[in-house]
Amino acid sequence: MTLLSLFNVPDRLSWWFIAIITLIFTAGAFYGADYLKAYKQHRKELGLHVFWYLLTFASMILLTLTQHAVAFLVTWELMALGSFFLIIFESWNSDVIKAGINFFIQSHISVVFLTIGFLMMYNKTGSFLWTDWSAYQGPCGLPFAFVCCGFAIKAGFVPFHTWLPVAHPAAPAHISGVMSGVIIKIGIYGLLRSVMIFNVDLVLAGKIILAVAAISGLYGVMMAIVQHNLKRLLAYHSIENIGIIGMGIGLGCIAKGLGMQEIASLAFGGALLHTLNHALFKSTLFFTAGNVYQATHTLNVEHLGGLLKRLPLTGFFFLVAAVAICGLPPMNGFVSEIMIYLGLFDYLGQASILSQVGAVGAILALVMIGGLAILCFTKAFGVVFLGEARTTLPEHKEFGALRIVPLAILSLVMLSVGVYPEFYVQQINNIMPLFGCPEIALNGTIASIGRVSAIVIAVTALLWLVRRLATRGKSLETGPTWGCGYTVASPKLQYTATSFVKTYSKLFNGVLKSGFLEKAANAYVRFTSKFAFLQNGRLQSYILYGIIFIVTTIVLTLVIC
Amino acid sequence: MLSFALIILASLFFSGLIVRTKSICAGRKGPGIFQPLKDVRRLFKKGTVYSTSTTFVFRIAPLIYAASVLMACACIPFGGKPGLIHFEGDFVFFAYVLSLGKFFCIIAALDAASSFEGMGASREALYSMLAEPAFFLIMGSISLISGHTSFVDIFANLNSYDDAFHIGATIVMAVILLIIAMVESSRLPIDDPKTHLELTMIHEVMILDNSGFDLGLILSTGYMKFAMYGALIANLFLAGPLAMSIGIFFLVQAVCAIAIGITESFMARFRMNHNPEFIFSVAAAALVLVFSIMQFS
Repeated sequence: MTLLSLFNVPDRLSWWFIAIITLIFTAGAFYGADYLKAYKQHRKELGLHVFWYLLTFASMILLTLTQHAVAFLVTWELMALGSFFLIIFESWNSDVIKAGINFFIQSHISVVFLTIGFLMMYNKTGSFLWTDWSAYQGPCGLPFAFVCCGFAIKAGFVPFHTWLPVAHPAAPAHISGVMSGVIIKIGIYGLLRSVMIFNVDLVLAGKIILAVAAISGLYGVMMAIVQHNLKRLLAYHSIENIGIIGMGIGLGCIAKGLGMQEIASLAFGGALLHTLNHALFKSTLFFTAGNVYQATHTLNVEHLGGLLKRLPLTGFFFLVAAVAICGLPPMNGFVSEIMIYLGLFDYLGQASILSQVGAVGAILALVMIGGLAILCFTKAFGVVFLGEARTTLPEHKEFGALRIVPLAILSLVMLSVGVYPEFYVQQINNIMPLFGCPEIALNGTIASIGRVSAIVIAVTALLWLVRRLATRGKSLETGPTWGCGYTVASPKLQYTATSFVKTYSKLFNGVLKSGFLEKAANAYVRFTSKFAFLQNGRLQSYILYGIIFIVTTIVLTLVIC
Repeated sequence: MLSFALIILASLFFSGLIVRTKSICAGRKGPGIFQPLKDVRRLFKKGTVYSTSTTFVFRIAPLIYAASVLMACACIPFGGKPGLIHFEGDFVFFAYVLSLGKFFCIIAALDAASSFEGMGASREALYSMLAEPAFFLIMGSISLISGHTSFVDIFANLNSYDDAFHIGATIVMAVILLIIAMVESSRLPIDDPKTHLELTMIHEVMILDNSGFDLGLILSTGYMKFAMYGALIANLFLAGPLAMSIGIFFLVQAVCAIAIGITESFMARFRMNHNPEFIFSVAAAALVLVFSIMQFS
């Protein structure tokens, strides 16, 4: 068996992910080239950084090509290693190293899960090839659960998300963009593949995925709202969007398991399209956040304000991406969300009464996510880019073309998904045979969404024209903001990010302060510290442990076999 | 087309009717029914003052707000006749395009760098987020009854049921929709449009810095939004030949306006911290409705 034979010709699903990965990595490369100019004095690190960037890119492409479990694990490991070194670029900063180690450990826990799941399947089938696994008819619920946990860590589903909000703020902006845009999407890719390969009860698996995803979505956005570090806020939003994608996958599994093929198409299609959409707007948001950071040297939103006047283009593209991430027409996020909505409403009409309750819950989760995302991004955009600066910020001009052009291209692609979704859904339709699902009708809802999105823009333009004509010859003055009688206005009087979300954080205090993971972690630490006496530092004891271990292993093997 | 024209027509008198009801209840002579329109006309003729703190966001927001409500109006059918825009899932578009308008209103308020406007923006963002589930639950329940997912199919198939349960459910839906309309349009008991204290305002305080054409556009869009929700409620009851359903349409609109007027005359505004509870209970009522429809229909 040659090395090359481990990698296949890509199928349609691989192509979809290769396209997304290449687009975002290319944009990240151009953006990063300019971003890294600030680190000129670190020549050695820069060279290595480029190497790891390319290695991560290559390993991700290879990941989508292999159908062999061992080859998959090896390339997965390469990707994890590459992204670890990408994150710790600022290795002279101890916080960065800490975040990097956190990521490193968690991504290896993910590898452990994957390895266990893959080995279990090897035991059952005697083969590492996924094609053999999908032909296997016996039960494989347990390996499927292990593999799903492994992929869930990479994707950042709650409760496996804890590395995300730490790693993103530590990495340089172009790496955060690439990481949130595509590296976590490899988890989604793995999840989609496992759904195809493993012979499991799809309805049950789908219900679990849907529930976990809905919780991830809600938890992600709820936590995002109260963050004051712009990049951490965006990182929590990645958890939210992974939740939306997961809801699509979960619903798709349920519908496929029940034989509702049209709903499965809509749900899987929505998930796939949202994968592209999230890659587009999240990388745009991280790149613009990088611009904000390099212009002001802070990411704390409470210190910012009025940046739209200093960085007009950066601010504009942040706004475009913010509208898109809230799922508002005429941008791309709306298309994928409405596909999942339609799937859920169709499912609501056909499901049994208990499943209907679940469907209502899922719809409510999606609605709440949408509403909370608006609260979050009006805060983020409003506090960072609008109003007046809250502290004295250094003077900075808008960045050059190398940074702005990638943002513009990503935004144009976003708009094109919004106004001409037929093209993208057609590509997704080509993937549908892999799921055994029919094609999504292009001429119905999908085409209509494109047209109405264009009309929204047209009506706004028309109203602008009307205003131009109606106010021609009228006076147009500028003056200070109306202070409601108070005349000594100062930027300090502005509403802050904290006050903007004050009522919200009081209302949802229970969720925000629950710290369910911290409690579990503390309980675990308390339990394990009872065994601390074993670590007594005497060499003799450690040798004894080794002997006990070896003896037990041998005895157990003899007893069991 | 018909429904769009009727909504525009109804929006001309809806707000005036509320004002008139209030003045009659208060025993005042009060302004005429077309006074709101005259105010808007006066504003359209005026010049504009922009704050020096603002950016293009502030200037484009009123346009997007108006465009979003116009698009939402275009989605509303008239009984079995589709609106200008209709496709499977158009009610999702309806809700989301309204959110687009709200998004820009909120950031425009933050653009003025005023503490009061930020206050209004924060409240608007929170309350509309809380009210959205109630709307989707109502739409979910009528889509369950009718088995369809577009406005026109839903309403065309809704009126074929005439047993007591469905009539009762329809009335509950109408009431919940009216309350949603009051929340979304920032009326009592959530927000008092006539209050004189900026600290207690929601919608009014967000537009403190708008003037001239922009303010006129925002006000007229608000009137249109009212009539749009009125039309949505009217759709629950439309029946019979065209002339009769047009009659029902205007009757429902008038009843809604008078109901809002009477509520505002005899009720005080809630304390701000009671608003979330109120909106939650509306959503809870909608949830009960959905579950009872699952059970009984």
